[in-house]
Amino acid sequence: MSRFKYYLKEGFSSIFTHSLMSFTTVCVMIACLILMGSFVLISVNLNRTMNYLESQNQMMAFVDETYTEEQARALRPELLKNDNVRDAEFVSRRDAMESFLGKFEKNSIFDDVDYSVFRDRFIIYLKDIRLMSETQQELAAVGGIARVNAHLEISRGFTAVRRVLKIVSVAIVALLFLVSLFIMSNTVKLTTFNRRNEIAIVKMIGADNGFISWPFMVEGVILGLTGAMLAYLLQWSLYTAICTRIMTTAYVSFLKLLSFGQIALPLLVSFGAVGIFVGVFGSQIAIRNYLRV
Amino acid sequence: MIRFDHVYKSYENGTSALEDLSFTMEDGEFAFLVGPSGSGKSTVIKLLTGEISATDGTVIVNGYNMNEIRPSKLPKLRRTMGVIFQDFRLIDNKNVFDNIALAMWAVGAPHREIKERVNYVLGLVGLEDRQKDMPNELSGGEQQRVAIARALANNPKLIIADEPTGNIDPERSAELMTMLTKINELGTTMLVVTHEQNLVNQFAKRVIRIVNGRLAGDEKGWYIS
Ligand SMILES: Nc1ncnc2c1ncn2[C@@H]1O[C@H](COP(=O)(O)OP(=O)(O)OP(=O)(O)O)[C@@H](O)[C@H]1O
Ligand SMILES: [Mg+2]
Repeated sequence: MSRFKYYLKEGFSSIFTHSLMSFTTVCVMIACLILMGSFVLISVNLNRTMNYLESQNQMMAFVDETYTEEQARALRPELLKNDNVRDAEFVSRRDAMESFLGKFEKNSIFDDVDYSVFRDRFIIYLKDIRLMSETQQELAAVGGIARVNAHLEISRGFTAVRRVLKIVSVAIVALLFLVSLFIMSNTVKLTTFNRRNEIAIVKMIGADNGFISWPFMVEGVILGLTGAMLAYLLQWSLYTAICTRIMTTAYVSFLKLLSFGQIALPLLVSFGAVGIFVGVFGSQIAIRNYLRV
Repeated sequence: MIRFDHVYKSYENGTSALEDLSFTMEDGEFAFLVGPSGSGKSTVIKLLTGEISATDGTVIVNGYNMNEIRPSKLPKLRRTMGVIFQDFRLIDNKNVFDNIALAMWAVGAPHREIKERVNYVLGLVGLEDRQKDMPNELSGGEQQRVAIARALANNPKLIIADEPTGNIDPERSAELMTMLTKINELGTTMLVVTHEQNLVNQFAKRVIRIVNGRLAGDEKGWYIS
């Protein structure tokens, strides 16, 4: 048996000497990871949906009535100079009237409306909806622009939702992380207690902290990774099931959901990383008292 | 080499365990450390292994000044010594071979050296055919011999034994002590703590005697309390 085999053997056998605690630890890891994963996935998908809705969101910049169509068109580069403007689409009075009348085709009261009551206008698409109100003011200040209409409440709403979503996800992930770390370190602490004689003996022989720590890290990492892999499989089926449900439900089908294929790798890597991290640090917390002198 | 130079040790609760203790052991020497219960023998050993540090005075072990040694250097120091205890301190769920190999894994000995060395040290204590036995399948005397083999595994310069015969029947005690003198003759410095007067008197060796934490005698030959 080599040193390496010794670490593995000790790490594994500890898991089975208190199998109930090990089982509990894996279950808690699974629960925490699935909760963390779900919150992150909800938040990523909501963000995506909001991004999409925002990209659809537009402002209307009306041109001064005294401007001719040529003059009005010439304002476009001026508008595009604004950092937050993604695109500006010119709509002439005539076009505006036609599209307006199009909506009321069968209504004769509009028959003699003259297009001069409409104004030339630009449809403004924004890069960042959070800056909507600033951009509105900036564009209104451009010479030749008479007025800019915007639905500020959507921008404000999205910004607030984003902020809450971020705080809640970070808080929940941090909390669950601490919970798993706590459970993990308690389980490994049990092992350190069972093996305290052995620790004292190898210390007296001249083992360094690395040699003493390894079996406990092996135990922690095995528990952490087992939890992570099981959580991944569960998260997979859960996510796929929920996505299918959402996409077949009419009134929420506007949600822009990522397919599991798109998140499979990042999710696997994150779960694995959390499993390893909790395993390593949980065991370090558990043995730190034994490493002094 | 061991050097105690005007060493004082008081425990946290105020007990003064050693007072102005000075003695030196050269490499290759054999000495008994004797004294009544509570006289400070185990305290001397804990100072040597770095479990505790002196309140005053200087302790030097195998070239390390124990007053100044950094915790990170303690493993290095401990690899230069082997320690044997009254209660053997074998690992119950590991067989004889693994108990000794553990000492070599712990210091990172190369894999291929381990089998050979374990065989060799078990041969020295006469247990080469018990490698696969578990500690509880051995007598007290045999367990202590495994502990000696483990102490020898990393070829230390110094072996310290705290009451090695304390849990062994008297007939076996002399045999074990003879074994320690033989190992000493192979070149290992040997400090043996005991309060068994008869046993000490069977060997004409150096006897360091402490009473109430003070040096009360240091000469070759007899232990007369
Ligand atoms: N950790 C400690 N805290 C406080 N006092 C201690 C501690 N260890 C030992 N002592 C005290 O220090 C003195 C010397 O103890 P030590 O263990 O060195 O004696 P000893 O010579 O080994 O005795 P024995 O032959 O019974 O093993 C005793 O009075 C003891 O009570
Ligand atoms: Mg003692």
